[in-house]
Amino acid sequence: MNCAESEVLIHALLDGELDAGHAREVEAHAATCRDCADKLETFRAMQAAMAAAELKEKAPVRLRNRIEGALATPPARAPTRFGTSFAAGRASRRTFLGGFALGTAASAAVAAGIVIAVLGGDDDRRIAGEIVSAHLRSLQGSHLTDVETSDQHTVKPWFNGKLDAAPPVIDLTAQGFTLVGGRLDYVDGEAVAAIVYKRRKHLINLFVGPRLGAASRGKKKAMFQGFNVYHWTQDGLGFWAVSDINADELAEFGRSVADAIGPPADRT
Amino acid sequence: MAAARDDEKMRRFRDAALPCLDDAFTLARYLMRNEADAEDAVQECYLRALRHFDSYRGPAMKPWLLTILRNVCKSEFARRSAAAVSSEMNDEHAEDPPPIWQEPQPSPEAQLLQRRDGETIRRLVAALPPPFREAVVLRDINNLSYREIAEVAGIPVGTVMSRLARARSMLRAAWNGEEGPTP
Repeated sequence: MNCAESEVLIHALLDGELDAGHAREVEAHAATCRDCADKLETFRAMQAAMAAAELKEKAPVRLRNRIEGALATPPARAPTRFGTSFAAGRASRRTFLGGFALGTAASAAVAAGIVIAVLGGDDDRRIAGEIVSAHLRSLQGSHLTDVETSDQHTVKPWFNGKLDAAPPVIDLTAQGFTLVGGRLDYVDGEAVAAIVYKRRKHLINLFVGPRLGAASRGKKKAMFQGFNVYHWTQDGLGFWAVSDINADELAEFGRSVADAIGPPADRT
Repeated sequence: MAAARDDEKMRRFRDAALPCLDDAFTLARYLMRNEADAEDAVQECYLRALRHFDSYRGPAMKPWLLTILRNVCKSEFARRSAAAVSSEMNDEHAEDPPPIWQEPQPSPEAQLLQRRDGETIRRLVAALPPPFREAVVLRDINNLSYREIAEVAGIPVGTVMSRLARARSMLRAAWNGEEGPTP
């Protein structure tokens, strides 16, 4: 690896976008090149400073209110012309808003062009919808966990007596998923276990219940309302993992849980 | 019945899209550079997203929304320059605060970087030329992956990488009191 390559790849390394092989190459190069080692250190410090500065802004309350107000009107009754629904209180900005119509075709094309496999059956789809809603509830409210601990031996007994079937609680620290805790939740009219994990800043809810689509077979992944969902059945239980981490990582998570539970006796 | 379906769709959209509001507003602030324009752009983005929500199958909601937001901002700039109204993009340096690289800075460099406060960092990021500013904001503030940035900005992943490298070098130069890197 030369300096020109390393100069670009240093950033991919810091952003966690490099595979292990390239990461080793960059690090090996930096170990022998003072200049690149300096850059690596400097950009790492810069990244830390930016993270610490919490640069993400809070949307003003009035903007939130405007948007929630606009979204409270069902689309059938919403104004069809751009801008009119929200320019009302701000007539002076009408010219600005009028210009927005141009980009519509472009964004429609973008929206239509991105298609990902969806779940097959109606049941699966309904449950996936509820799973995602439950996931969102857990993120938005203050009720992420009933029992908050990274110790699997505390989480598992907590579920005993609260559910018909106590869920397996797996320690996945070695695979890079930290156990955050557990809580009771309700999905599809059923009390289920929600086990919460974390990777980087992303939360994963793993819902486990005896009737949660336990009739379906095989592993399924889907993108639902912007979240990745990974579903499988094992030992007579339905498992649903949901998160905003990418589909591959979520599948890795699901496989790690399934492997740790072990090969089910009722499947060959 | 149709109304019930609409309500359901609206609820799903709100659940999926509203958690991204801070991210959308942040990107809009950096692209539009003034709060009122940013608010209008974000609201337009949400209405547009709702209209296309039926065809939405992913990817994650955040990059999908930010793609729409970016289109909103871009077409607004296109409209302004077509109308020969002063363009924010052209006015880039008109009202920028004096460059901070005139301040004498002690070393070592890494220590120095960590002492930069949020206001300074914000100003330095805002002073980057548009494509580089966008890359840094999407990566370091909106926390998108390279692939998601590529989708939002409509460029190959390789370009994302080189833009980020370039952007951070510029940022580092401004941060440090060096001359900017030669293009």
